[in-house]
Amino acid sequence: MSAPRRPTDPSGLERYYVLTKGRSGPGGSASSLDVATLIVSRAAPAPGTQHEYAEILRRCRDPLSVAELGAHLGLPFNILAVLLADLLQAGHVEARDPIPAHDAGRGPDLALLEEVLSGLERL
Amino acid sequence: MDLKGFDRPGAPASGDTRSVKVMIAGGFGTGKTTLVRSVSDIKPLTTEETLTQASAGDDHLIGVAEKTETTVSLDFGKISLNDSLMLYLFGTPGQERFWFLWNGLFKGALGAVVLVDTRRLASSFRAIEEMERQNVPFVVALNVFPDSRQFPVEEIRDALDIPPHIPIVACDARDRASSRDVLVALIRHLKDSSAAALESR
Repeated sequence: MSAPRRPTDPSGLERYYVLTKGRSGPGGSASSLDVATLIVSRAAPAPGTQHEYAEILRRCRDPLSVAELGAHLGLPFNILAVLLADLLQAGHVEARDPIPAHDAGRGPDLALLEEVLSGLERL
Repeated sequence: MDLKGFDRPGAPASGDTRSVKVMIAGGFGTGKTTLVRSVSDIKPLTTEETLTQASAGDDHLIGVAEKTETTVSLDFGKISLNDSLMLYLFGTPGQERFWFLWNGLFKGALGAVVLVDTRRLASSFRAIEEMERQNVPFVVALNVFPDSRQFPVEEIRDALDIPPHIPIVACDARDRASSRDVLVALIRHLKDSSAAALESR
């Protein structure tokens, strides 16, 4: 008789449920996360860190967008946002939101647009 | 294990890298993914969102058995503008009925390109309306397909009801330089609008 096997469904909802401990969306500072927000690790993963967290810390040694992380890890945005909220809260990663063209109250950012333009013209 | 970078927190290499984003909108099949693909430095990727996000505020469990899910995909690419500035391009989902999921998607974007297939102008009406509703500055790019009829731009401007100050450019979304020029047109437009806004203050 073969040993009973744990049902495996690595890409399905069960995996997400376990990963997020049942949470459906991030709370606190991570609720403002954007697909273009850059995530940067502040420390190497400690031994024994849960796989997905360790993977995020390793991949974000250089700044990586939330969208890229999601694509590399095969996680939908809302699931990834829950994990990032944990890492942010623990101070293990830093999040940098995309720079908007118009900063609240400070008017249009011409210097930024100029920088984008010269970058594109060099392509 | 390679720990490069961790011993020097805040080192300049990655210390001050920031991002900006531009949205590529337009109707289904207008060439959004093609444009992202042709101009991106990286192999374009797809990020996914599920319809369960719609109930995020209600604290529903996400693992409810047999729940059917609709996955909405977002193709994106990246252009390294300089050592410390990344431009992310996001193609909006083709099915506009899912745009409500991405209500925050346009927030913080520099602006948008609305791609138009001149053979099917109506397929981009909804995208243009959405830019206007969300106050996203945009340019219109006519993706010229091999069998596209030549339309005078003014005729198209009229048909799409695009105000005179919004540029309409023609492009071939398969071509890197042409797609780059569309982005240049958008940034120039943003600069012009910004300069006009500064003057009127």
